[in-house]
Amino acid sequence: MGLRRFGRLVKWVGGNGRRPFSTSSSSSSSCDEMMVQQIASGKSLNLYSAINQALHIALETDPRTYVFGEDVSFGGVFRCTTGLADQFGKQRVFNTPLCEQGIVGFGIGLAAMGNRAVAEIQFADYIFPAFDQIVNEAAKFRYRSGNQFNCGGLTIRSPYGAVGHGGHYHSQSPEAFFCHAPGIKVVIPRSPRQAKGLLLSCIRDPNPVVFFEPKWLYRLSVEEVPEHDYMLPLSEAEIIQEGNDITLVGWGAQLSIMEQACKDAEKDGISCELIDLRTLLPWDKETVEASVRKTGRLLISHEAPVTGGFGAEISASIVERCFLRLEAPVARVCGLDTPFPLVFEPFYMPNKNKILDAIKSTVNY
Amino acid sequence: MHQWMRKSGTIVNHFKSLLLVTNNLSSWRSYSFVKRCQFAASFAHNLPVADGDFINSSTHFCSRRFESVKAEKMANNVDDNQALKLPEGKVKFTPKLRFISETADERECCYRVLDENGNQISSSNYVEVSKEVAIKMYTDMVTLQTMDTIFYEAQRQGRISFYLTAVGEEAINIASAAALTIDDVVFPQYREAGVLLWRGFTIQEFANQCFSNKADYGKGRQMPIHYGSNKHNYVTVASTVATQLPQAVGAAYSLKMEKQDACAIAYVGDGGTSEGDFHAALNFAAVTEAPVIFFCRNNGWAISTPTSDQFRSDGVVVKGRAYGVRSIRVDGNDALAVYSAVHAARDMAIREQRPILIEALTYRVGHHSTSDDSTKYRPVEEIEWWKMERDPVTRFRKWMENNSWWSDKAELEARNSARKQILHAIQEAEKVDKPPLADIFTDVYDSPPSHLCEQEKLLREAIKRHPQDYPSDVPL
Repeated sequence: MGLRRFGRLVKWVGGNGRRPFSTSSSSSSSCDEMMVQQIASGKSLNLYSAINQALHIALETDPRTYVFGEDVSFGGVFRCTTGLADQFGKQRVFNTPLCEQGIVGFGIGLAAMGNRAVAEIQFADYIFPAFDQIVNEAAKFRYRSGNQFNCGGLTIRSPYGAVGHGGHYHSQSPEAFFCHAPGIKVVIPRSPRQAKGLLLSCIRDPNPVVFFEPKWLYRLSVEEVPEHDYMLPLSEAEIIQEGNDITLVGWGAQLSIMEQACKDAEKDGISCELIDLRTLLPWDKETVEASVRKTGRLLISHEAPVTGGFGAEISASIVERCFLRLEAPVARVCGLDTPFPLVFEPFYMPNKNKILDAIKSTVNY
Repeated sequence: MHQWMRKSGTIVNHFKSLLLVTNNLSSWRSYSFVKRCQFAASFAHNLPVADGDFINSSTHFCSRRFESVKAEKMANNVDDNQALKLPEGKVKFTPKLRFISETADERECCYRVLDENGNQISSSNYVEVSKEVAIKMYTDMVTLQTMDTIFYEAQRQGRISFYLTAVGEEAINIASAAALTIDDVVFPQYREAGVLLWRGFTIQEFANQCFSNKADYGKGRQMPIHYGSNKHNYVTVASTVATQLPQAVGAAYSLKMEKQDACAIAYVGDGGTSEGDFHAALNFAAVTEAPVIFFCRNNGWAISTPTSDQFRSDGVVVKGRAYGVRSIRVDGNDALAVYSAVHAARDMAIREQRPILIEALTYRVGHHSTSDDSTKYRPVEEIEWWKMERDPVTRFRKWMENNSWWSDKAELEARNSARKQILHAIQEAEKVDKPPLADIFTDVYDSPPSHLCEQEKLLREAIKRHPQDYPSDVPL
């Protein structure tokens, strides 16, 4: 049951498992065809195909929807936009110059005219040239104009997180930076079904959204995804496993690691409640609070460096609200405070046993 | 505003007919390169060469097109063995080790229509301005000047927290606005209040914004001069520099997709052209073939930084070509030149679905803002010379007087009327309440999320406990 909630983690299906973000290759296109067939027959989907389906629906249901970014036209380096330009035309699905601030600035202007602008930043590691456009422009567009103008139709999609071999610049998790910018929403899905429903909500939400996609799961995570048009609520966390002894909070790819730790903890008789935050800004404090009131313990885990990570925010908020109910310090199992290191990735990562150890020490505090 | 544009409609039509060459050319786009070039070349040869009339005006605006068409032809006639074939066309080989010079032999010329004394230069080609439009242009320039003087003084008296004038750039403000229609979407920098004035934003509306009262459309959230008006298609000013340029491209792309008879226009200063967003915007606009005008007010100064510390190119106009964007340099203190350039740019942007770059040469006669004293970094004589000898308002007035469209009496009336209106508006704006406290929390999102509701509750409790900590003029 639990596995389904994240989608099955299948073996790498592409020709070159070492390089999932390769821009090339015949092996990936044969894979694409396979996925397209699956879409047609309504079978289970991997995460990138679920994203593709969401974009497809968004373009189909609103003629004022545009999808653009670097290499988007041929399908994108992760194949999320496969077939869209052919079906909806190069005026609605198109390549942009290699310039992130241009992509987001362009998207803001397009959205300000009442369109739904879905901008792709090829890797979250490269989103920083667009930081000013996101933080100073998109986030404040409505507020600074007294609601005379807004760019609520803007959604910025970007693959984030570790992938096994991405080194400094194909691995980062920069979500916390954007959680410090009132006016935008930050959303991260954990599985194909979640990705489709959440992305459609983001595209149709009347506020600008940064949508981070766990690139490690693009092909690895597979689950049944309803073919129809559906949306999942933003700013609502989901309890994906109920438990009594400790609350675990995470998002995106990290949840599958946390779930493994939960299973192992169960063997030791520890009952974990696992929560997918899904939306980081504005986040669902109430669900986490209610859970911690029940369990008395909290563990947060994310890939991003621990210092100033979003875990710190959750921890502080829950301590404020549940201080007398807490039976142990809030635990954070996160990335190290170093740049993301290539060969040291297994050391850097908040892996299952680091989480398991933290669960045990928190429960036995 | 609409009314004014309609009245100048005859002139627009006149000008359109004279740009016929360009129209024909665009309709030939589907033909092969060779056919197009033959057509263009033969047409160019047949054009009359008389100076000083509108026919010449159209040839002037089209000549660049011919040049670029010729260049394509040259490259594509080359024997395959002597050229490198690339996806975007052929590049000729050369045995010469030769670098492209960092400068052209001569600086790019500056288009003008009126000389310093407001006399029309005999060979100039320009878009005619009717008496009615000219009078509105002039009175709006006077109003802008007067508003700047009085609001600046109000800041000095401590009645508003900040101000920023457009002194010396009145022609750029008003004439560029006059050449557009209300459907064209404006993405301002922050020294273009005159564009909004032209569009019908009232003196009272300006004052409400500067006094941060509850009638300010921005709800008192931004510093003075950060105007914005949805109904005037004038996107709210932000202090950030050049960020509006790629946004204007996105808006223009929307106009293109919706097949609107309108363009976007983004204003920027000389300093702003050093920002990455300027380069991003020009490149995006060229690639997406977006109907957008980039209007650069090159006033020589970015706060205290002169253009010599800003760039080593021949100003801004030459940067257009590097991105494949058609460009023109214009005398920013010549209202007729600015009007004509923007008018032609708008026509090309919409008709040909392409971006245009305009560099207007001018001078920031005022300080950067009320927080700046520019005599600390530039000679007073320089400021005075521009103020006395090259004032764009005086120059336009002389031209108006030469046409017998303006008199000393009209001048006195216009200045008195503007002064009265502005003083009245300030008095009224001061009486209006500040925006209510609740406006802190609205508009962050389309509706306030729970954490903002909670913060509002906590803030209200804090105010109750310590009312002395908070300004008493903000209604709770």
